[in-house]
Amino acid sequence: MITLAVDNQEITVKEGTTLLKASEKLGIEIPTLCYHEGLLPYGACRLCVVEIFKEKENRMVAACSFPVEEGMKVVTSSDRVLKRRRMIVEFLLSRCPDVKTIKDLADRMGIKKPRFKSKNLDCILCGLCVRVCNEIAGIGAIGFVSRGKKLKVDTPFHMASDVCIGCGACSSVCPTDAIEMELDAVKRFLELLGSEHKCRYALMGLISYKVCSNNYECWKCKIDQRIRDALGTHPIFAAKKIKKEKVNQYFSFLKKIQE
Amino acid sequence: MAVEIQKVKSFIARYKNEKKALISILQDIQAEYNYLPQETLRAVAECLNIPLIDIIGVATFYRTFSLKPRGKHLITVCSGTACHVRGGLKILNEFEKKLNIKAGETTKDRQFTLETVACLGCCAIGPVVVADNNYHAQTSIRAVDSILKKYRKRKK
Repeated sequence: MITLAVDNQEITVKEGTTLLKASEKLGIEIPTLCYHEGLLPYGACRLCVVEIFKEKENRMVAACSFPVEEGMKVVTSSDRVLKRRRMIVEFLLSRCPDVKTIKDLADRMGIKKPRFKSKNLDCILCGLCVRVCNEIAGIGAIGFVSRGKKLKVDTPFHMASDVCIGCGACSSVCPTDAIEMELDAVKRFLELLGSEHKCRYALMGLISYKVCSNNYECWKCKIDQRIRDALGTHPIFAAKKIKKEKVNQYFSFLKKIQE
Repeated sequence: MAVEIQKVKSFIARYKNEKKALISILQDIQAEYNYLPQETLRAVAECLNIPLIDIIGVATFYRTFSLKPRGKHLITVCSGTACHVRGGLKILNEFEKKLNIKAGETTKDRQFTLETVACLGCCAIGPVVVADNNYHAQTSIRAVDSILKKYRKRKK
């Protein structure tokens, strides 16, 4: 167990907990965009930036991916932190001026108009969709393509992916509604023989085997409604949990860089 | 040149089907076909058991790799700061005019591909033009013709 102080409040948590989770326990809110409970921390948006003090050390880290340390002092809303967060939101707002999530964030921080040239995009490249497809669904139908200012999320060769199961997890986790559910995957299933029409929940690994009798019009299906009601989140998060090894691997890797 | 999947598979077998050899495999394919044909990438994904999109992520990240067919000769004009100040842009424009293509494109007869690069690390001899791994130092607009002539001759 490790004891640390977040905004002058002491808390004891398990080793390997992230700063974000520790402050969540204390009821301190840290804004995030690229973080999702069901996924590994990624640290893409940097919105969860906090200031840490340890002995002589004082620096800014991303709370979502930084593990707690003994005797650490964390400040989540110092002037320095707020200034940096405001800067990040201003950059995001100039990239996607029409996205509601970003606009709300900017409103809360008092940013009216970004000083930078507007780009009019939707995607903030947080990687949530890519990660959910890779880590949870284990498919890898979409990914990052190209690099630098041309970086974008795309399918192979910008064509409908052969491996997509049409689960829609990518569009459900997207914080900016940039990624739209394409029905190409369903079209591909419909071309198969009737007996090959596997239910999407079976493809996700939620139920063992079922042939779809509704031509993949899930809103007609009782199973779909029941599963959605029971889970509250996108079904894929219930289907497969990330392997524990992978999580441990991630934190041992973090430790290595710190040393 | 037709794509032979068997040939690609032999490239992969050379690296014992190991995932970590992905870049080496892609380099071999690029050397063979001068670009990365779609079918070969699919074959690589299948043999190495990596999602296709991850391979495309690697292939689009590095400038060495190209998903579009490249010409026989690759001409790279440096547009880094030092070469830019010494007129690299004018040289690029001259190449574009002479070849009748834009930077990043290939001529219709598949002879030349024109590309730019941010810096080659030899700013003292700028403006630099690299044609098929031969460095042409302190080039000028007047040198453009002679460089092109040299490579046009070679094809015969």
